[in-house]
Amino acid sequence: MFTRKLSLLCVLAIAGTGPAIAQETSGTSEPQRTAAALPERIGEYDERAPAPVPDSSTASIEDIDPADARFGIGQPATEEEIARIDIDAMPDGRGLPPGQGTFAEGEEVYSQSCAACHGANLEGNKDLGAAPLIGGRGTLTDEKPIKTVESYWPYASTLFDYVHRAMPMNAPGSLSADEVYAVSAYILGRADIISDDPGTMLDATSMSEVEMPNEDGFVSDPRPDVAPRE
Amino acid sequence: MPKDQKFPASRYGPAERHMAQSLVEIERKMLAEQSGDADCDCKEGMFNGLTRRNILAGGLALGGSALAAGQAAADAPPGAFEYRVQPEPTKEQGRTILEDGGYGSRSQFENEVRWRYPTASLDSSWSMTPLASGYGVITPSGLHFERHHAGIPAIDPRTHELILHGMVDAPMRFTMDDIKRLPAVSRICFIECSGNGLTEWDEPTLQTVQGTHGLTSTSEWIGVRLSTLLDMVGVSDSAAWILAEGADAAVMTRSVPIDKAMDDAIVAYAQNGEALRPEQGYPLRLLLPGYEGNTHIKWLRRLEISDKPFMTREETSKYTDLMPDGTARQFSMTMEAKSVITFPSGAMKLPRPGFYEITGLAWSGRGKVAKVEVSTDGGETWQEASLDWPVLPVSHTRFRMPWTWSGEEAVLQSRTVDETGYVQPTLPELIDVRGLNSVYHLNAIQSWHIAPNGEVTNVHA
Repeated sequence: MFTRKLSLLCVLAIAGTGPAIAQETSGTSEPQRTAAALPERIGEYDERAPAPVPDSSTASIEDIDPADARFGIGQPATEEEIARIDIDAMPDGRGLPPGQGTFAEGEEVYSQSCAACHGANLEGNKDLGAAPLIGGRGTLTDEKPIKTVESYWPYASTLFDYVHRAMPMNAPGSLSADEVYAVSAYILGRADIISDDPGTMLDATSMSEVEMPNEDGFVSDPRPDVAPRE
Repeated sequence: MPKDQKFPASRYGPAERHMAQSLVEIERKMLAEQSGDADCDCKEGMFNGLTRRNILAGGLALGGSALAAGQAAADAPPGAFEYRVQPEPTKEQGRTILEDGGYGSRSQFENEVRWRYPTASLDSSWSMTPLASGYGVITPSGLHFERHHAGIPAIDPRTHELILHGMVDAPMRFTMDDIKRLPAVSRICFIECSGNGLTEWDEPTLQTVQGTHGLTSTSEWIGVRLSTLLDMVGVSDSAAWILAEGADAAVMTRSVPIDKAMDDAIVAYAQNGEALRPEQGYPLRLLLPGYEGNTHIKWLRRLEISDKPFMTREETSKYTDLMPDGTARQFSMTMEAKSVITFPSGAMKLPRPGFYEITGLAWSGRGKVAKVEVSTDGGETWQEASLDWPVLPVSHTRFRMPWTWSGEEAVLQSRTVDETGYVQPTLPELIDVRGLNSVYHLNAIQSWHIAPNGEVTNVHA
C-alpha cells in the first residue's frame, strides 16, 4: 500500500507542479534536449499548451494561389543543398562523380573494408547475411540459382551507387568516390566482367560502358499472369 | 499553507483533493517517524532518500507505475505496466488518472508483439504483425510490420528536410513544418512487403499466420499528396520516373513511375491519428497505395525527377522476380489480391467440436475486395463469406463465416476476388507460371489443416 500511495503522491505532485517541472528541466546546465520538451502549461486549469503552429520556411508569402499550387510554403533548393545529398548514379553514367580507381587499389580497399563480411574470395558469408559478390553465372535457370553481382546485377552503376551509399555495413557511406571506383574495378575484375589486370581503371565514363552479363535478363511486369483453371 | 489553497478546487476535484490531502498527511507522519535528520532530502517535501526531482523524474518516465506496482515493470508485456490486480475492483478506488504518464498503455494481460524473422543481421531484418489476434482492419501502429535494411534511424524533425529536384522548373526544399502547412489528405490503406510468404513457395515452412502472412498491415495514413509537391516544383513534360530516397543508413532508394506519383501517392507524416512511428519512417515516408512495401520509402529526404528509372540495388538485385526461363520481372510493383484465414490458423488448437466463426483478411493492391469465399474441404466446395464494414480500396478487409466443426479432419481455405475480377490463385497455379525461384509476390490461397484432435497446421493442399 505504501508504494501505491507514493505513486499517487507522485502523480499529484506532477499535476500540481507542472510549470515548476518545466523550469527545472530547462536549466542552462542541462544538455540540449534530444527529445520533445514537455508542453507548457497554460491557464487557470494548467492545460497543456497545444503544439506551436508550424511555421512556413518561406521568406515571402506573396503571390499565394492554392488553385495554382502556390501556397507561400517551402523554399527554393540551392545547387549546393541538392549536391550535398544527390548521390545516385544511373546506368547511363548520370550522377557518377569525378574520380577513379584501379583494380589493385580496389584489392586494398576490399581487404580493408569488405573482406571481413564478404570473404577473402568474395564468396559471401551466410552467417553474417553478406551476399556472395561473384560466381553463379549461368545458374539463373537452375533449381538453386546463385544471384550475385556477376550473375544477376544488370548495371555496373548499381554496384557503384549501392557501395557508395550504403557500404560497408559498419561505416555506411564512408568510402570516397575513388575508393568506390577502385573496389568496383576489383569486384568486376574478379567477376571476369572487366580485366583483372592490376592497372585496370574505372571512372565515370568507363563505369557506364561496362557491360554486365545479365543486362538483358530483365523484363517488365506482365501481371496479372495467373488465371484460374476452369 | 491551508489545505484548500494547496489543492485548489480549480485543479482538483473533491475526491482528488481528498486523496492528495490524505497523502500529504501520510507523508507528514512518515517524516515524523524519521528521527531528526535535518539535512535529509525530506526538506524538499518528499520521502527520505528520494529527492523531489527523483520522484518527478520517475513519475514522468514511468508514469509512477514501477513505483505503483512495487514490482519490476519488466514483468509486464511490452507496452503494458504491471499493476496490482484488484481482487474486488468494485470495493476500492482504481488507479488514478494519468498514472501511466498520459500516453496510455495496454492491459498487462495482453501480450501480442511483432516477431522478428531470424535473419543473420539484426540491422537488416523484418518483423511481422500478429495477424492471428488482430481485430477489424486497422493494425495498431506498434504492431505494424517492419522491414529495415540498416536499422531504425532516430531523426530530429526540426532538422529533417525534403528536397525535390531533377527535371523540374524550380527545385524546392521543405521543412517538416512546411509540409504540415500544406493541404493534407488521409487514406486507410495496407502496406504489404512483396516478400510476404517467401518461405512458403516450396513447402509449408512457418507454422503461424504471423509467420506466413505477417508482412502486411493496414493503417490510416495522413500527409500531403505527392502531386501537390510536384505541382509546386513544376515537373518537366519528359519526366517519367521519380527516385525516392530515405535518410537511413541504407539511404534506401526506389524508382517510382511518375503516373503513380501523380495519381495517389502521399508524403505521409502521420499514422493512425499520431505522428509516424520511428520504425515507420518518422518524420516522413512515402505511401504508394497498392505498391510493394519496399517502395514506400521511409525517412524520406529526397525526390529526384528523371526521364528514366534509376536502377537502384533494390529494384535490380532485389525485389525482382526470377522466372523459370532465367529472366527476371522488374518493377513488379502491384500487390495482387490475397486473403488468409486468421482464425483458426496455424499452431492453434480447437478445444472441441462445435461452433467457430472463421475470420480473416482479404486485400488487393488494385482496388476493393469484391468477394471472399471460404472452403472447409480443401477447395472442393466454396461458400461466400460476409464482409465487415469498411470495405475500402487497397485496404485490409475483414471477412467472416460461421462454421460448425464436426470434429473430423478439415482443410480451411479462403479465396478472394477483387473489383477488377482478378481471382486469387492456388499455389500450383502460381507455381505453374512462375516456378519456385521468384521469391516475391506469393499471393496464393493458404490452407490450414484441422486434425481430429483440433490441431491446426500450415499445409499445402
